[in-house]
Amino acid sequence: MKIVEDIPAYVKCRHVCRANLYSNRCWKFSQNIKEVSEEELFSYGHRACAGCGGTIALRLALKASGANTVASQCTGCMEVVSSPYPQTAWKIPWIHVAFENSAAVASGIEAALKALGKKEGVNVIAFGGDGGTVDIGFQALSGAMERGHNMTYICYDNEAYMNTGIQRSGSTPFGAVTTTSPAGKVSFGNKRPKKDMPSIMVAHGVDYVATASVAFPLDYMEKVKKAVAIDGPAYIHVLAPCTPGWGIPSEKSIEVARLAVDCGMWLLYEVEKGEMRVTYTPTVKKPVRDYLKMQKRFRHLSDELINKIQAEVDERWEKTFGIRKIF
Amino acid sequence: MPYRGYKNGIGGEVMPVRDVLHGSRCVAEAARLCDVQVIAAYPITPQTHIVEDLAELIANGELNAEYIMVESEHSAMSACIGASATGARVFTATSSQGLALMHEVLFIASGMRLPIVMANANRALSAPINIWNDQQDSISERDTGWIQLYVETNQEALDTTVQAYKIAEDKNILLPVMVNLDGFVLTHTIEPVEIPDKEEVEKFLPPYEPQVYLDPSDPMTQGAFADPETYMEFRIEQEKAMKRAFEVIRRVDEEFGELTGRSYGIVEEYNTDDAEVLLVTMGSVAGTIKEVIDSLDEKVGLLKIRVFRPFPKEEVLKALKDAKVVGVLEKDIVIGLGEGALFSEIKASLYPSSYRPKLLGFVGGLGGRDISMDNVREIISICKKAIKEDIDEVHWIGLKE
Amino acid sequence: MRPIGGHVKDIGSTKNLKTGGWRTFKPVIDMEKCIDCGSCWIFCPDMSVIRKDGEYSFNYDYCKGCGICANECPTEAIKMVLEEK
Ligand SMILES: Cc1ncc(C[n+]2csc(CCOP(=O)(O)OP(=O)(O)O)c2C)c(N)n1
Ligand code: SF4
Ligand code: SF4
Ligand code: SF4
Ligand SMILES: [Mg+2]
Repeated sequence: MKIVEDIPAYVKCRHVCRANLYSNRCWKFSQNIKEVSEEELFSYGHRACAGCGGTIALRLALKASGANTVASQCTGCMEVVSSPYPQTAWKIPWIHVAFENSAAVASGIEAALKALGKKEGVNVIAFGGDGGTVDIGFQALSGAMERGHNMTYICYDNEAYMNTGIQRSGSTPFGAVTTTSPAGKVSFGNKRPKKDMPSIMVAHGVDYVATASVAFPLDYMEKVKKAVAIDGPAYIHVLAPCTPGWGIPSEKSIEVARLAVDCGMWLLYEVEKGEMRVTYTPTVKKPVRDYLKMQKRFRHLSDELINKIQAEVDERWEKTFGIRKIF
Repeated sequence: MPYRGYKNGIGGEVMPVRDVLHGSRCVAEAARLCDVQVIAAYPITPQTHIVEDLAELIANGELNAEYIMVESEHSAMSACIGASATGARVFTATSSQGLALMHEVLFIASGMRLPIVMANANRALSAPINIWNDQQDSISERDTGWIQLYVETNQEALDTTVQAYKIAEDKNILLPVMVNLDGFVLTHTIEPVEIPDKEEVEKFLPPYEPQVYLDPSDPMTQGAFADPETYMEFRIEQEKAMKRAFEVIRRVDEEFGELTGRSYGIVEEYNTDDAEVLLVTMGSVAGTIKEVIDSLDEKVGLLKIRVFRPFPKEEVLKALKDAKVVGVLEKDIVIGLGEGALFSEIKASLYPSSYRPKLLGFVGGLGGRDISMDNVREIISICKKAIKEDIDEVHWIGLKE
Repeated sequence: MRPIGGHVKDIGSTKNLKTGGWRTFKPVIDMEKCIDCGSCWIFCPDMSVIRKDGEYSFNYDYCKGCGICANECPTEAIKMVLEEK
């Protein structure tokens, strides 16, 4: 994909920006989207809820990686909705084995392709939900990444165990209500901050680590392309809203994912050989309250807690983007 | 080590090599002979030498395989599943806690119909932790849908591992095979063995040709989600394949016999003709029993079960039909039932038949406790006593009072 | 194919279930307003926005009526209307 850089004079942007390269309300976006592969390697008819962010994450990943891909997948929503026997939504070779071992299965696939002399040009991707990645599949992922297999692990993060009915995972954010972290008279929901999985992957010395969001498809797909092209392990953590799990109307999944980035709750960056680069700088910093109040899982939060979250976000924002310059 | 010359016949003639090897090395040599392509394994006593020997074979260029040094047995089996589903011939080895950690994925390997071969060095399960031999580990996995073979000697360990690939990869079977060899008793004991010539093995076991595999040039899905409408048909297909396996195991063993002069059968009957007392067991303790039988001048026979899954009901009935008393000696205990698993299964096999020998169960050798020749003599005398009088059904052997 | 290993050779066969039946609202487009930005196409979780030479339409066999396309359209070219059944 070739990113169009120059905006011709006749295009009148809604707001002046320097970095809004990937936002869909942008001329550049519309030009670059024409470069995206038309080929659908993930088929319709899958059983995901209307507006499911996870399926967007899969669809876009396959568009970027292409047909020359073998994938493994953890048990979880995306596995269940995509492979109702005797049907499958997958048009690439795909395997599901268990909940916690997508990375280990993929390492076997990679080794077999090598042993059979077929690895050249074939991308190996392991998909996992946040539960299958940051919790139960953590060890298998750590092992596979540390061993340096030539594969890409993509965690689609919907911030809870959705398949089993919205239970808390290590990736559930502070304050969120899930069925196992309910809010009550003496509880405000999930008490712990979200596990910082991308940093853990960086600490593994993984060649390429990136965060992404389904609301920023070009950014995400660029990262998938980079990840699969690298001769070694790569990790992508893509935020993918879940409509029932987050308590949002089905049409809002992209909007809420975009807001997560615009308010600084979720940062888009990549770490290549240890070098970090922010890949998207929001033009306008939105208050986290807007993001939180959009979702039922946060709606109970008191002003005090919202301020606490805002303060944490501010601190991270400053570290990442420095003092905001107004253009 | 001295056994490296594989073609040492006069004038370059193809010849098996004779050597004195540990059981572990025998298994590793078998993997080499079978040209396994992917190995994923994790060390555990008493299996460790197998994975070390394999690493050495690869390091010396004697085996050309991808070796995945996984971070757990769960991942070992998962990686084997991924590699096998991609069309490679794969191998792993484990023991005890490692096998138990694999439990979940063992079902998946067989359910996905992947011809994985695994050596299991039989060892006791925790707690209390114990590294020595019994067979509780593999017995506890008897419902996972794996073909289970138990070996008596190092030679049999080698030969059975080679046979295992031919059984597993048979187009009508496609089931994983577990080759069980007693930890320490075999893995760490040297015995004289004959290593078949590689070219001969290649004739016996052609390269693996998977029926279906993950490949971008012909995409497919493996491991789809089955609902109540579809699940049961998968299960019965597995059961049917297990039934068909008897025939294949027998045929493969015969073919192997033609090649090497060694074959082992589904079960082995030793001195069973008109034996009044028939002992039944699995694994290396069969050797001790044979020795005792040889030293006695009595009507005592042995039925060695080599194939535990699929369970050879017919062979068992045929061997037991004339015995007055049958003593089943095994190194496992089904706690809460108060008897060993093999004993239960033999008892159940007898029910539809008209044979009614007295049945006694002997639990022994747990956690590596020695089963001596004296213990075997004691078992035989308890059996003989049972001919005349009613005695307890189950006896623990070698227990300290 | 006998039921073995959860194998499915018929790739993309979820198409045999027409999820369009799940819909309550359906997207309709006013091409006059469309600026061909591609947002609706790229964000559809059900591959149900059809994009051909700058013309956009919907695959109502599979569109679940989530409304993402309408919500993301920068020019409000797409409206969600109640499905008539
Ligand atoms: C070993 C094991 N434990 C628990 C489960 C039950 N289980 C299946 S999917 C799932 C949650 C999946 O969560 P996540 O990985 O976040 O994916 P999501 O469903 O949210 O997409 C759980 C708990 C299982 N299948 N296997
Ligand atoms: S529950 Fe959430 S993650 Fe699962 S299919 Fe529905 S929207 Fe997607
Ligand atoms: S309503 Fe949803 S499913 Fe239908 S076309 Fe629009 S984005 Fe796709
Ligand atoms: S989002 Fe709206 S403007 Fe953009 S292509 Fe679709 S209909 Fe046209
Ligand atoms: Mg999840």
